[in-house]
Amino acid sequence: MARKRIGPQTVKLEQPPVIIGAAAVAGPLEAQGPLGQEYDRTYPDLTLGQSSFEKAERQMMIDACNLALQKAGITGKPPAVDYFLAGDLLNQIISASFSGLEVGVPMYGLYGACSTFCESLAIGAQLIDGGYADRVLCAASSHNAAAERQYRYPTEYGNQRKPYAQYTVTGAGAVVLAAIGEGPRITYCTTGRVVDFGIADPFNQGAAMAPAAVDTIEAHLRETGRRVEDYDLIVTGDLARFGRDMARQLAAQRNLILGGNYNDCGAMIYDHTRQDVHSGGSGCASSAIVTCGHLLKEMARGKLRRILVVATGALLSPTTFQQGENIPAIAHAVALEA
Amino acid sequence: MMYLKAFLVGGFICLVAQVILDNTKLSPGHVLSGFTVAGGILGGLGLYDKLVEFAGAGASVPISSFGNSLVKGALQELEAHGLVGALTGMFEMTSAGIAAAIIFAFLTAVTFNPKS
Repeated sequence: MARKRIGPQTVKLEQPPVIIGAAAVAGPLEAQGPLGQEYDRTYPDLTLGQSSFEKAERQMMIDACNLALQKAGITGKPPAVDYFLAGDLLNQIISASFSGLEVGVPMYGLYGACSTFCESLAIGAQLIDGGYADRVLCAASSHNAAAERQYRYPTEYGNQRKPYAQYTVTGAGAVVLAAIGEGPRITYCTTGRVVDFGIADPFNQGAAMAPAAVDTIEAHLRETGRRVEDYDLIVTGDLARFGRDMARQLAAQRNLILGGNYNDCGAMIYDHTRQDVHSGGSGCASSAIVTCGHLLKEMARGKLRRILVVATGALLSPTTFQQGENIPAIAHAVALEA
Repeated sequence: MMYLKAFLVGGFICLVAQVILDNTKLSPGHVLSGFTVAGGILGGLGLYDKLVEFAGAGASVPISSFGNSLVKGALQELEAHGLVGALTGMFEMTSAGIAAAIIFAFLTAVTFNPKS
């Protein structure tokens, strides 16, 4: 067995890579949410002055990368990072690829649907601990209007949303990982398995992803020998309110009590009592902006010391759900420790 | 009185669609095409025109009326010109609606940009 591998799904980073810079940028609705003050930059409208929503998403990712690099004290063009690992939700991950053109360093494009943020952190951390890189830039983004028209219906179609539907988060998060430096460290990565719970409704992604989240959390705890209480906070990526309740129930069935130290990024971004987002947020940006904007800052403030971020992804395409196939899901976990 | 009848019948048709959308996994596209086909079948049986007579715009505005017009046009031309008429006739009565949809969609697309 590989030396740093401590279980079928989990690796332990021998020299835990450090998050030396992180930034979150967010759209107008997110800016009005409970975490609005936490983001590094917010935009007054969805277009960012660009001629399309797709270009706007790309601009957000580039902004997030530049802000994260700036915070890490990395200047110069191209920046002094060894890899750019990024992904998004649009076809052929165009936001990431076109941002890669701008960033200008060796790049791996990633797709894990909304789990992409943790996927990029896990791969980046392993590249660094493996001795293949000194610094890695990780990023993930999503844009409400761009994603909704690709996966569901374009906004201008005026489709009615079901009460349990989620709302794609507009935003981007970027993280600079380094072998040495000051900041929170990535200590463990638990890679998710693809699970299928028989959900075929593209509006009900929280239900599709909750089993994947519980599967990964359970594997993480089993393989690291940790308990739920060992974490100040366990957050899932974008199950939103209904998916979060479902995750709690599914975990309880496996004798895992996700108590007050469990929450979901999709449920934290918006205030559902005054914002019309139904179940809550979804999308790559959900876990990315909550982690980069809020949780890492809480760690810097000393309010959180050890957290587990479990980004969840619904692995569907418009083709598969139109052909009536189920929505398989995946969840990747990374443990962050101050 | 006609206003009331139009309100009740048109409202009922929309209510049925809303109940379907809220309680099944059918998409708006399913409902749209389903109602068009249903209107076509009722039209073929000669029932839809009676409904229009009774409720006016309450029956002629919903999409089911489009299905009725498709069938009615096809039947009329079938009588006048034979089998080919069934094909050409479908769009005879509906051409105004289709052309209007295309033209207004075009004008809207030219004039406005999508927002959130």
